[in-house]
Amino acid sequence: MLDDTDRRILRAYQHEPCLAPIDLADRAGASLATCGRRLRKMADKGVIRGNHAIIDWRILGYEVEVSLRITLDKTRPGAFDEFVGNARNIPEIVEIQTFLGRVDVRLSIIARDMAHYQEIYRTAILNLPHIADIEALMHVAKIKSNEVLPL
Amino acid sequence: MIELDSIDRLILRELVRDATQSASAIGRKISLSQPVTWRRIQRLRKQGVIRGNRLDLSNEMLGYGVTVFLGIKLATKGRVSLQDFERAVCAIPEVQTVEHILGLYDYRLRVIARDIGDFERVLRRRIMALPGIGDVEANVLLSEERLPGPIGCELP
Repeated sequence: MLDDTDRRILRAYQHEPCLAPIDLADRAGASLATCGRRLRKMADKGVIRGNHAIIDWRILGYEVEVSLRITLDKTRPGAFDEFVGNARNIPEIVEIQTFLGRVDVRLSIIARDMAHYQEIYRTAILNLPHIADIEALMHVAKIKSNEVLPL
Repeated sequence: MIELDSIDRLILRELVRDATQSASAIGRKISLSQPVTWRRIQRLRKQGVIRGNRLDLSNEMLGYGVTVFLGIKLATKGRVSLQDFERAVCAIPEVQTVEHILGLYDYRLRVIARDIGDFERVLRRRIMALPGIGDVEANVLLSEERLPGPIGCELP
């Protein structure tokens, strides 16, 4: 499905998603026109889903990051969809993942400090529907973060 | 700590949605001139408010159909064993992220694999062979969405 040129482009692009088009083409050993065409094609096919800026929340004063692992009451039909739909409206939630396993959903929540977290937890999180159980994990440090695929 | 004004927030919201947009394209959307928008974007990057970009690829279409999160508890704890564990776990290519956490587990790993069989190989040969490893809990990722965070919703 992908040829060598596509792979070269993706490899370079993955490592440096901030590259300007001309530099990316250069890195991948393709012409600017070819590179642009391939990127559009891969975006159309859904191989490339987007390129997003990453915000450093710590610099903006959000010092606390908490993971909430949630078990839902699955006897209710639509529990997943209703829960996730409501969670999307809480601005401090930056990530929603659903799982097959011991945990159903994980929410990543950012807060300015513990008091702010407590407030979000009490006024917003606990009001989400169909929660059977919640476990909280605090982030201490990111040791490795590299979501690059071996291509 | 850096305070943002409402123009910064609008620009951030656009860049989080699509970071490949030009300054003039963003400027047009928020009724700001190209040079002013460009200067704001440069400032946000220089201040570190924008830490970088993230390319979102379809793992499935590129042959990585399975993502598993592992919660790991170490069997023995001590300064040396933490360092040994961290060094060894970071060297496994299928392990994309390693987070040190407080709570039920000591570490959380994000692991990618081609399929469940491939995941089993990674788990048996790589993960279970890590120094100091104790309890392991696996949860297979079904869906994932990243949200813009508190820059999006308080705006019209």
